[in-house]
Amino acid sequence: MDPLEIARWQFGITTVYHFMMVPLTLGLGAVVVFFNLMYVKTRSDQWKRMTKFWGKLYLINFIMGVATGLVQEFQFGMAWSEYSRFVGDVFGAPLAMEGLLAFFVESTFIGLWIFGWDKLKPKIHALCLLGAVCASWFSAYFIIVANSWMQHPVGVEMVDGRPVMTDAWAVFTNNTALVAVPHTLFGAVQVAGSFLVGIAWYKLYKRRADGVDTVGENGKVIVGDAGVGGRDRADFKVWFNSLRIGAVVGLIGFFGTAFTGHMQAQLMIQQQPMKMAAAEAACHDGTAFSLFSISNPGAQNCDDVQAVVEIPGLLSFLAHDNFTTDVPGIVSLMPQYQEQYGTHLPDDPMYGERAGQEINYLPLMEVTYYGFRGMFTLGGIAMLSYFYVLWVTRKKGQGTVPEIKWLSNLAIVGILAPFGANVAGWVFTEMGRQPFVVAPNPDGNPAIKMFTAAAVSPGVSGGEILFSLIALTAVYGVLMVAELYLLAKYVKAGVPAAMAELVENPHNHTHDEDHTDRDVLAFAY
Amino acid sequence: MEFFGSAPTLPTVWFVVVGFFWIGYIALDGFDLGVGMLMSGLFARNEKERRLLLNTIGPVWDGNEVWLVTAGASMFAAFPMWYAGLFSGIYLPLVFTLLALIFRAVAIEYRGKKNTERWVKGWTLAMNIGSFLIAFFIGAALAITATGLPLNANGDRVGGAFSWLSLPAIIGGLAFVGFAIVHALAFVALKTDGEIRVRARKALVRLLPVGVLPLLVAIIYMQITSASVLSLVASVISVVAVVVAWVFARAAREGKTFASMMVFIIFGMLSIFLALFPNVLPSTLDAANNLTVANASSSPYTLGLMSVVACFGIPVLLIYQSWTYWVFRKRLSVHSIPEAHDAADLATLPNAR
Repeated sequence: MDPLEIARWQFGITTVYHFMMVPLTLGLGAVVVFFNLMYVKTRSDQWKRMTKFWGKLYLINFIMGVATGLVQEFQFGMAWSEYSRFVGDVFGAPLAMEGLLAFFVESTFIGLWIFGWDKLKPKIHALCLLGAVCASWFSAYFIIVANSWMQHPVGVEMVDGRPVMTDAWAVFTNNTALVAVPHTLFGAVQVAGSFLVGIAWYKLYKRRADGVDTVGENGKVIVGDAGVGGRDRADFKVWFNSLRIGAVVGLIGFFGTAFTGHMQAQLMIQQQPMKMAAAEAACHDGTAFSLFSISNPGAQNCDDVQAVVEIPGLLSFLAHDNFTTDVPGIVSLMPQYQEQYGTHLPDDPMYGERAGQEINYLPLMEVTYYGFRGMFTLGGIAMLSYFYVLWVTRKKGQGTVPEIKWLSNLAIVGILAPFGANVAGWVFTEMGRQPFVVAPNPDGNPAIKMFTAAAVSPGVSGGEILFSLIALTAVYGVLMVAELYLLAKYVKAGVPAAMAELVENPHNHTHDEDHTDRDVLAFAY
Repeated sequence: MEFFGSAPTLPTVWFVVVGFFWIGYIALDGFDLGVGMLMSGLFARNEKERRLLLNTIGPVWDGNEVWLVTAGASMFAAFPMWYAGLFSGIYLPLVFTLLALIFRAVAIEYRGKKNTERWVKGWTLAMNIGSFLIAFFIGAALAITATGLPLNANGDRVGGAFSWLSLPAIIGGLAFVGFAIVHALAFVALKTDGEIRVRARKALVRLLPVGVLPLLVAIIYMQITSASVLSLVASVISVVAVVVAWVFARAAREGKTFASMMVFIIFGMLSIFLALFPNVLPSTLDAANNLTVANASSSPYTLGLMSVVACFGIPVLLIYQSWTYWVFRKRLSVHSIPEAHDAADLATLPNAR
């Protein structure tokens, strides 16, 4: 058993899984902060309902992000000890700062928010959530600073064979990070947008399908009151506003991601030209962007790749903001890489059985090519759905969603699109960095790099890593089912699931013995 | 500028900071883990009591757990060789720790989200077993870093997947489990009211001598093998504190009991870390392979940068975490716990007003 391959699968699976929870935490958190601040400002029942309902879904997801994040923090040392030794001087610092300056704030203030509804003044209570969410965005910054150093090492000098930090400002203002952070955060915002749109659409559709809301002869919605389950007239406003806000949030996310993505591509072409070429399956220098390619880019063979639909000049625009500058292809990059970084892995025992092997500087093209396209296709499809939502809910429209079941189902499935875009983007950028774990900086010391083959823990056996891979994957699978089950349950139940006072609860008015309601916790696990 | 014998200053400061985070984790999450174990049939008598116990730690457990994350991350930043050598060396114990941490966290949040017996029982079990395993393996991990691993010259463990398994590791595991249980009893006696408060205190009086025994063994073992003047002083303070805690528990002084338990664990752990110093992870094969504060640490530049961050971050952290405990200072009783409902049932009830 090859520990390296198993460890890579484990890192990939655990990281992708973690990053399905994280964007929702980042994006939805910001949205719930907005709802909560609006509630504090207006004291309107509608904003309170939105805060409570979306806040509940936020927390169901939040905890999974926290739990799976622990694995991330530990597995560098566990499975990638050589990597940890090599980069520790520069890579550990942002992680430690994340813990001390961000994660502590997030975890402490989220507890205050969950349990503080009746213990804190509303303004202070809302500020606790604001603090927690801001901290989670700072977390993202620190983590991406660390990741960006792997993509584009700066601010270090080689001392005794290891990079040593000499310029913290350069590390923390790495231009790779400064575009990757907003790209990631906008991506998270778009996830929240689709989450709101999908669920609010479904709830509005349900109100129509159940006969609560109807459409009158003038073609306008007649909002009804079901009398049960908190589905009164105010309930309609909750979903209608969530839907429209979701669409706007999604659009902000999409266009922010597109803009920052464009900036990222331009940096990438300078910093990791082979990644860009592999993303394009661009064998030869050129200016055209291919929408589809036939035969198999995964064949890793340039003779096999045939672009079917090409847009002339687009690739140059993506890379250089003009339509004529050639973007270098794989065939011309390969000799440059070989000249700069060697043709064979060194004959060093740290490479194990890979010592002395020829280095393939081309990442898995199938993954980079389709990962790159999957990212903006899924993001783009979601973007179209936001425009559609805004059109359906325009002033002159019916004032609600159409009573079409498949469209409601599609809205729910559509929630997955920006998640998919996020995952595809990360898989692309991490796989595109191969065969390096620390990609060399073309303008820096070529010795400051690390091949993935040298990064794995030498003392840990393949069997140990295989055991943890199986155990973690199995547990993650079970917990994914539990999370989706609870999300679905709370969506179906609607606002009262997060706000029991909306319904006539037999327990609402029980005063046992001499204890008044004041002693009963507003929220308890 | 060498204040600490031959050990360099900045790495020594960071040894103290890393120790601070580990000790904070043991002292704070210790009672969370103990409460997780007390929620089993060992102490809790019914569902109301289980929920009461859970809600004593509800607002604070997540903040407490971050002490562990930051302990790990600050090891990475300040002592990459220690982080890499220890974490890869005890791969399997950490896998179990991570699985247990995941289950505990999710159990706390998800346990009450569906009101059926099977669901609640299942997550309670995850909470009990998860809390036990976290305590056992973290205790074992700290005992291992104090007593050593078979490390080669590169700092890698040799001898296979189980070469970390040793008597000190098991004693360390039992030490944290035992301490967590009695620490949680002191915490519950302080944080609850009614019959359960009395029961917790009485159980504490009975169990304290047994519960802290393995930890006392670990403390004394470290003093015998590698004591320094400072570590001896700390160990004496910890032993005095635990006796004082027991006296206070018998006298039904709950606040003072819990405070004495805190002094006990802080100085007890301190005595272990001080006895370990200047090593951070000894090699059981060859003393030349020992990882020390000097040879395992990051560059002075990185440590200096981190020191500036810590000077700001740690005091602020202590302030807002203390504020949380102040906000939720009120004792809870079984009457404080609202009735459990299931989300699906609420959706079928008539609207209020």
